[in-house]
Amino acid sequence: MPTSNYVTKISANKTSFWKNSKPFLGRLDMEITERCNNNCIHCCINLPVNDLQAKKKELSTQEIKNILKEAVSLGCMTVRFTGGEPLLREDFEELYVFARKQGLKVLVFTNATLIDEHMVDLFTAIPPLEKIEITVYGMKKNSYESVTRISGSFEAAWKGIKLLLERKIPFVVKGALLPDNKEEIAEFEKWAATIPWMDRPPSYSMFFDLRCRRDNIDKNRHIKNLRFSAKDGLKILTRRKDKYIKKMKEFCSKFMHPPGDKLFSCGAGCGGGCVDAYGYFQPCMMVRHPDCICDLKTVSLKNALTDFFPKIREMKSENLDYLGRCAKCFLKGLCEQCPAKSWMEHGTLDTSVEYLCEIAHIQARYMGLIKDDEKAWEVNNWKERIKNFCEKEAL
Amino acid sequence: MEIQTDLSSIYKLSEDVVARDIHGEFVIIPITSGIGGSDDEIFSLNNFGKAIWDKLDGKRSLKEIAKALASEFQGLEIEIEKDCLGLSGELLKRKMIIKC
Repeated sequence: MPTSNYVTKISANKTSFWKNSKPFLGRLDMEITERCNNNCIHCCINLPVNDLQAKKKELSTQEIKNILKEAVSLGCMTVRFTGGEPLLREDFEELYVFARKQGLKVLVFTNATLIDEHMVDLFTAIPPLEKIEITVYGMKKNSYESVTRISGSFEAAWKGIKLLLERKIPFVVKGALLPDNKEEIAEFEKWAATIPWMDRPPSYSMFFDLRCRRDNIDKNRHIKNLRFSAKDGLKILTRRKDKYIKKMKEFCSKFMHPPGDKLFSCGAGCGGGCVDAYGYFQPCMMVRHPDCICDLKTVSLKNALTDFFPKIREMKSENLDYLGRCAKCFLKGLCEQCPAKSWMEHGTLDTSVEYLCEIAHIQARYMGLIKDDEKAWEVNNWKERIKNFCEKEAL
Repeated sequence: MEIQTDLSSIYKLSEDVVARDIHGEFVIIPITSGIGGSDDEIFSLNNFGKAIWDKLDGKRSLKEIAKALASEFQGLEIEIEKDCLGLSGELLKRKMIIKC
């Protein structure tokens, strides 16, 4: 919207200034620690606060600043500080102020337990220019702390949230649906709707990822037990049937098609990536397979984006089982199968994840895209089926 | 509220903003709150605005800046003075520059 002959106001939500081209580096994710002051039962990454070995390996303040500087030189507009719990780092404030002074917008992913008066003073004086994102684990102390397994975390999180509300610091909330809090969806959504900056209902995680470092077999077993079955997940996804169908019609018309033999059919490594706590640059936040990461102590962000990631994106599957199903399956898009999920579940880049396959198929059956006894990779007339679904008045 | 600036005054850039050239677009990004009016806005300057911005060094008056730009762009000094006054007024209103 033009403001005058000289100055044009632009919403800070504008994510890219790269006219007619994809940004070289639009947003950089920085996982500044894997440590967390919560101990969530479903978490795919958290390490204990007092894991000194992990802390010692983390990037130093100066190393993070150097990466941010390079990101800015490449045109980056937004940095996402995530973790673990990013506010746990003693230098969080220094890094935050540094990023903002470089002209970056800062998106903070947090559990809100460490948001205190000092932190809201900081966010008031130097606004992040992006809404803070908070995961809420329950509306009641019992349910919340049965997830976080930390006594006092419920009060700490709600104190942080109240401070943000009082000081009018923009934030949004999202949920993690677990057996102990799943009955609280309505209460959570009713409350979330009162938050002035929520422009849509909260999103949820419920089909939980396994440990992304493949570091804990026992915890993986536990996470599998916490996951919603495909059937129960469908009930939640379709609880507002009309909205679900409308959204799916839009989605299916744009994003569903067989991915072919290339491993990466998503946008990973295009115009962005994620730096882990130890300085390894990944095409996305989840993929940590050794073949897909590069060490920023030896490779620049620019070289990773221009040389390393494009090569990764050309990687093709040689797994016959994968080539016979996932590569041919038109539910790609609806299905979360990807190299990152394959890595977490199987330690490979191209092994089908049955759980994700079940979730995609049950949704496809619900939408009438496939019959009960069909597998989506066996369907040849998938374009016609998607067209019919999108043009159907109502189910 | 319109803020008047005058040609004899000297202005410098506020330390509460950062200017960045992103893929050919010159943007001014507020660091602290209260810059520009709203905390969720950033600002873009056109090429001529950028040329003025680059010369707001806390040493030269607007008149001197206009003279330098008239020579650089081969324009009418009186017209460029008007632009300098217009832009500096807006920047001052938004606390993006400071009177020295």
